[in-house]
Amino acid sequence: MIDTADPKASLAAPLAAPLGAPASDVVISVRGLAKKYRIGLERDPYGRLSETLWNALSFPFHRGRDEERKDDFWALRDITFDVPRGSVMAIIGRNGSGKSTLLKILSRITDPTLGRAELHGRVGSLLEVGTGFHPELTGRENIFLSGAILGMKRAEILRKFDEIIDFADIGQFLNTPVKRYSSGMKVRLGFAVAAFLEPEILFIDEVLAVGDAEFQKKCLGKMSEIGEGGRTVIFVSHSMPAVLRLCNRAILLDKGRAIVDGPTHEVVRRYLESGPGQSSAREWADPAAAPGDDVARLKSVRVVPAGGGPGEEIDIRLPIDIEVEYWSKAPGDLRPSVNLHFYNDEGTLLFINNDWNDRKWWASSRRPGVVKSVCHIPGNFLAEGRVIVTAVVSTYNPTFVRAIERDAVAFMIVDRSDGDGVRGEFANDFPGAVRPMLDWDVRQIAP
Amino acid sequence: MMLSDNPSTRHATVAADRHVVVLEPRHGWRQLGLREVWAHRELLYFFIWRDLKVRYKQTAFGAAWAVLQPLLLMFVFSATLGRLNGVGPANVPYPLFAFAGLVPWTLFASSLAGASNSLVNGEGIITKVYFPRLLLPFASVGSFLLDFVISLVALAVVMLYFGVAPSLAIVWLPALTLMALVTALGVGTFLSAVNVRYRDVKYVVPFLVQLWMFASPVVYTSTLIPASWRTVFALNPMTGVLEGFRWALIGGDRPDDLILVSAAASVVLLLGALAYFRRVERTFADVI
Repeated sequence: MIDTADPKASLAAPLAAPLGAPASDVVISVRGLAKKYRIGLERDPYGRLSETLWNALSFPFHRGRDEERKDDFWALRDITFDVPRGSVMAIIGRNGSGKSTLLKILSRITDPTLGRAELHGRVGSLLEVGTGFHPELTGRENIFLSGAILGMKRAEILRKFDEIIDFADIGQFLNTPVKRYSSGMKVRLGFAVAAFLEPEILFIDEVLAVGDAEFQKKCLGKMSEIGEGGRTVIFVSHSMPAVLRLCNRAILLDKGRAIVDGPTHEVVRRYLESGPGQSSAREWADPAAAPGDDVARLKSVRVVPAGGGPGEEIDIRLPIDIEVEYWSKAPGDLRPSVNLHFYNDEGTLLFINNDWNDRKWWASSRRPGVVKSVCHIPGNFLAEGRVIVTAVVSTYNPTFVRAIERDAVAFMIVDRSDGDGVRGEFANDFPGAVRPMLDWDVRQIAP
Repeated sequence: MMLSDNPSTRHATVAADRHVVVLEPRHGWRQLGLREVWAHRELLYFFIWRDLKVRYKQTAFGAAWAVLQPLLLMFVFSATLGRLNGVGPANVPYPLFAFAGLVPWTLFASSLAGASNSLVNGEGIITKVYFPRLLLPFASVGSFLLDFVISLVALAVVMLYFGVAPSLAIVWLPALTLMALVTALGVGTFLSAVNVRYRDVKYVVPFLVQLWMFASPVVYTSTLIPASWRTVFALNPMTGVLEGFRWALIGGDRPDDLILVSAAASVVLLLGALAYFRRVERTFADVI
């Protein structure tokens, strides 16, 4: 699947070349798909009519769109794969890796620039929750509208109407305009409509990132049913647990190319290994190039497990220090403060902490120079898995972000279940966003 | 797989027995896609229904606005232009004459404006789900048909008031209405596609509609135009529609020549617009 050929090279091969008759059970067949965007947006936000007219008059035989330009951006290059009937496949990758573009091409929202794909079967796509909802219309009306836009027939919607309402659980708000719904209700209604689509091929983009956890579970359950019904599903997601649970195969995209294609657990592992802020230490040598402004600039961010140098794989029992150094040029009345944002692999913000917890420092007046700010995380507190840290230096009153480095550092918490961790000797899945070792008091109070 | 060999039709071919969709780059001119619109007529109906529902939500007068607009214009023009000699025919009360023109004109003007904004207003769905994009301007035009029917009732009341009974020529009314719709669809579809890339259209449309109104025999009679210019005048499809409407409802000489030229012009307009729309359609989601 790794192909470094320039996508233009595919031009040489005629697009009409036979795909090689796909096996009869292949329902999605993609060959050399590529998508180019032009990113010179500043010059041409919506296209200026006057300019286009002028160009057309000046160069009547000039066809601008075929030439290769510097501001061309290939969002996808040379994507090739087949999907057999009934499989549930995930497309994973970092933001901007081309996942959504691929899904948009397959859902016929936009054309590929090169290549070809064949879809055999009724296609449904779910790129957002509540597609086509109109805020002025009631829940009941929007079920019909959204259902129709997503490709359901009126009779089909009527037949499933009661089930949809049950699933959405919106009760007495059925005849209330959707603009008065809470965001949770909107999501539930939107997903309920989509859950009852019965296409043979279904494309789903990250829709499970919204909604409360319980409802997400319900949706995941509904989607597993879809896969079992012989339908083919392609699922784009950042949620590795969902991907692992639902899909038997995954494709990892990176900078528009498919770099791994195989069994889900292997691809997910590759994805996690190639993560952002892979390193557990970052350093900016040149203040001019460091993230920040004229008040504060980051100098370094380091993950230091107790009793060791920088570490990427850290035993869950060990306390961890996050050390941040920054150049401060703050005048005395501005008091910069470091805050750290801790995310897990699913993108869930675990918590935020500020260095104003050091009261003495916070109350002191500041002088320009280099400041080192260390955050102590206790052992037996974070859950297993990758933790990604965003480092920020801010000033307050008014709140102003001076320096920010997203995904500055990352590390991996491992729990070897040696018996003295939170997990004890329990070896199975132990969910939860954090895994603190809390104090318990247990005693027998009756014989 | 029942795929045609013609590259222009290969995109999204739907076989009769089995759905096969082929995705590949599209270039140049393509089929008008009216068959696909027909296949999606249920969704078209839902879009029309949505536009109607939404248009008069949270309004005090609701669908009465459909009548109020041409009615108020009738009063304004009767009080001003109608006082001049020769603006309307001598044997027809001017308010009736003006209203019989304003009713089809309102249908045309509102559908045109609605259609030209339909794609930009539908950005949210255009970038999220596939459906034939032509449905949006078509639905926009369709949703004004109900308004038109309501104002036809008002027109009947005005005719009753002036004691004018229509002749058998009234059976031509649906055909003339269709002509107004074809014209509005033609211009509206074209402008909606241009609007995706150039938001200038938003500012052009109100101005265009106003100019067009005075270039069409809405509140004056086409007999004011020198005979040698009548054919050129009829190239504006609304000329035939308006004169045809008055003939069908109020009577007079049948404006055969005007209607024929206008009908031909409206069809050419629509075909040209559809061809352009289909050509640029593939970039909508990227540009909008």
